[in-house]
Amino acid sequence: MFAKINCMYLQGLYGCPVSVEADVSDGLPGYALVGYLASEVREAEDRVRTAIRNLGLSLPPKKVTINLSPADIRKEGTGFDLAIAAAVLTAYGVFAEERVRGAVFMGELGLDGRVKGIPGVLAMAEAAGGFGFSRIFLSKENVREAAAIEGIGLVEVSDLKSMADMLTGCTPVREYIRGSENVAERDGTAYEEDFSEINGQPLLRRAAEVAVCGMHNLLLIGPAGSGKTMVARRMPTIMPALEPKECIEISKIYSVAHLLTDKEPLVKKRPFRAPHHTISPQALAGGGSRPRPGEISLATGGILFLDELPEMGRAAMETLRQPLEERKVTISRVQGSFCYPAGFQLVAAMNPCRCGYYPDLGRCRCTPSDRKRYLGRISRPLLDRIDICAEAAPVTYSEVAGIGENESSAVIRARIETARRRQRERFRGLGILCNGEMRGSHVRRFCRLGHVESCFMKEVFNELQLSARMYDRVLKVARTAADLDGKERIGIRHLSEAVSYVRVREKYWGGVL
Amino acid sequence: MTEQEYLYWLVHIQGIGAVTIKKLYTYFESFREIWKAGEQELSASKCLRGGQIQALLSGKEKIEANRREYEKLKEQGIRFVTFLDVEYPKRLLPLYDSPAALFVKGKIPKDDMPSVAIVGARDCTEYGRDAAGFLARMLAKEGLSIISGLALGIDAAAHKGALDAAGETFAVLGCGINICYPRENYALYSTLEKEGGIFAEYPLGTKPEAGNFPQRNRIISGLADAVIIIEAKEKSGSLITADLALEQGREVFALPGRINDPLSKGCNRLIQNGAAILLDPGEVLELFGLNYKRKLTLGKISEKRLEKKENLLYSFLDSRPKHLDEIRDGCGLEVSECMEGLLRLELLGIVHGLGNQYYCRKL
Repeated sequence: MFAKINCMYLQGLYGCPVSVEADVSDGLPGYALVGYLASEVREAEDRVRTAIRNLGLSLPPKKVTINLSPADIRKEGTGFDLAIAAAVLTAYGVFAEERVRGAVFMGELGLDGRVKGIPGVLAMAEAAGGFGFSRIFLSKENVREAAAIEGIGLVEVSDLKSMADMLTGCTPVREYIRGSENVAERDGTAYEEDFSEINGQPLLRRAAEVAVCGMHNLLLIGPAGSGKTMVARRMPTIMPALEPKECIEISKIYSVAHLLTDKEPLVKKRPFRAPHHTISPQALAGGGSRPRPGEISLATGGILFLDELPEMGRAAMETLRQPLEERKVTISRVQGSFCYPAGFQLVAAMNPCRCGYYPDLGRCRCTPSDRKRYLGRISRPLLDRIDICAEAAPVTYSEVAGIGENESSAVIRARIETARRRQRERFRGLGILCNGEMRGSHVRRFCRLGHVESCFMKEVFNELQLSARMYDRVLKVARTAADLDGKERIGIRHLSEAVSYVRVREKYWGGVL
Repeated sequence: MTEQEYLYWLVHIQGIGAVTIKKLYTYFESFREIWKAGEQELSASKCLRGGQIQALLSGKEKIEANRREYEKLKEQGIRFVTFLDVEYPKRLLPLYDSPAALFVKGKIPKDDMPSVAIVGARDCTEYGRDAAGFLARMLAKEGLSIISGLALGIDAAAHKGALDAAGETFAVLGCGINICYPRENYALYSTLEKEGGIFAEYPLGTKPEAGNFPQRNRIISGLADAVIIIEAKEKSGSLITADLALEQGREVFALPGRINDPLSKGCNRLIQNGAAILLDPGEVLELFGLNYKRKLTLGKISEKRLEKKENLLYSFLDSRPKHLDEIRDGCGLEVSECMEGLLRLELLGIVHGLGNQYYCRKL
């Protein structure tokens, strides 16, 4: 007898349908699995056969042929086990065909028949809904993750036995009732850290606020222990709360990377990814023969924090260039090209010199050429994509001792949300969201200066000998400062603030390198 | 071939320095004779060690190449000035180790014009840079030539200060004259070519090796009548210059500093050992019998011109750079208010923004 069962397969971030065809016929008993399979898919034969036997069912020895179609796409992973088992049992006539019609099966099988979770269920469930399937049979571990997708029935099966009971008609098919995992009830304030824990460091706080508000990439320079990491770690807490759609998009990436758990089926906080500086380009951008999302994709919607930037490998640093422009990354491998989102905000931190004490000349042991060499490790094109630089001062006693009141993340976030609304209004229909994404033409259109302000800028550029390429950057940051201030017109103060952030780069990397 | 060309060949021989060349010249009385001399004559002169003789003899065949190079010097705007020439700076002649010849680009300091050397740390503070620039400006305005070493920091500030006052300024390099070291000072190098002068003792293409610089320093102090040291750490090349200057009988001035400041330790030590303490450009001018008429107006900006906030910020600053956080805490203003006020003060020319969110008063 012949049976056809639906299953889903992950291509990058998208699910595509695969049908598992099983045929049971007379002949020399045995299983034949075909359809361009990786070895872990081929091994499904043993898992499925043993799990069926452990159901207590004894199937007559027959020739069983299983084909995974389309047969020309390489199939990897263990997610086909459940579909193969269902196909075999349907082909043997154990399951009634009308009961499996329109259903999708995904899960890995244990020898005892237990159904285990697989990566990428969220993306596959979304695709399954799109392809018009009516219900999904999946493991207990995956069900809450898939429940974020509306409009498709979910059936939770803890083992093959319970699935067999439902599909043979012994027990009714019970669909999972969606509850609290609904994304609409997101809770964006569940961060463990808060900006109120940072004492002092007014400049870093302000720089972080401006950076988040306009999605400007940020570089923090300062001696060890000056609070760079502390500030960076708290930056997600002042970003606007996740929209339901964003939440699904980010969760899909985490789902594919197998980072969602039963307890946290969805990503509800803005991501903060802080890979170690020894990271390889592949781990950063995404890699593997079937590329998995890298750190830059996992930081989508949140912060990618690179500490000790000059220590990072040149190749890894250069991989950031294209994603920073395009907000996505395309990885090409033998199996095809995969495109993952990379809509992260970059926050980098570094010491001002190798010993970390500059500009304290009493303690710094580096010569000017040592410092130049250290700073020279950072790629210029990467620097060109960083709008705001802030230098952290060494921490003072009152900051350590925690004297004084600090603003909480919630207060800062409220300001940022207001300013973000202004930006959304401004860029409606232009395909960008924030000031940090403005191109040259946008800058000229939205950052017009009054007469007084342009005279001021001219004087500043002449006096401070800033290079002309800094001009647009100053305007972009000044636009954000004005938005935070609630002003449509860019004023002298906003320009001064922007100049202060932008010229740090001139100080360290200006002139001949 | 002229004597100059033979000398040009001789300075290219490895291991033969200024002193040896002088001794050889005294013995043979002509560079041509030195070239002609065989092994026996050379060893009879008792000026050379075995290795030096070998180097000299094996270098003889290169004279043709050296001559061709010599002829091309003019195209590159380089002059080869030997002690036999009239333009050779007279100040160097009496020195025991005066260079036999100098590669020169641009002008040569006039012998009848007073000159001072200003040297100091490469890694200096903004205060030191200001002080060097200020002194160079004031002294150049009174007609003094400013000599320095084209290094980063104090040296560059001194050259720039002299150029600002449209004065004469000269740099002595520790490498071949066709090499700009450090590269950061390229703009200064090319201005000096046109408006000042550049000197080097070493053959073209010599790399800036650490050992060259103490040698170079004797020319800096030798070309000057007085040497001003601004910011030197306890072990620093500027102190070598000061020692050489004393040996050469030059006056040494040192700019005093705080006792806990590593960049002032060297200067303070010099003062302790008897160097003149430099408080005012007038003291240098007095040495040359010049009168310094203008009153010193350092730090006397009429604060009435400033707005309230700017005044508050300005009064909080001093010559030590302060971070924006410190300024903000001290003045109780918002971060962005501080940035605005400080930038305005900077445009008024009374505050230095170091670029990395540190600020200090200008001298």
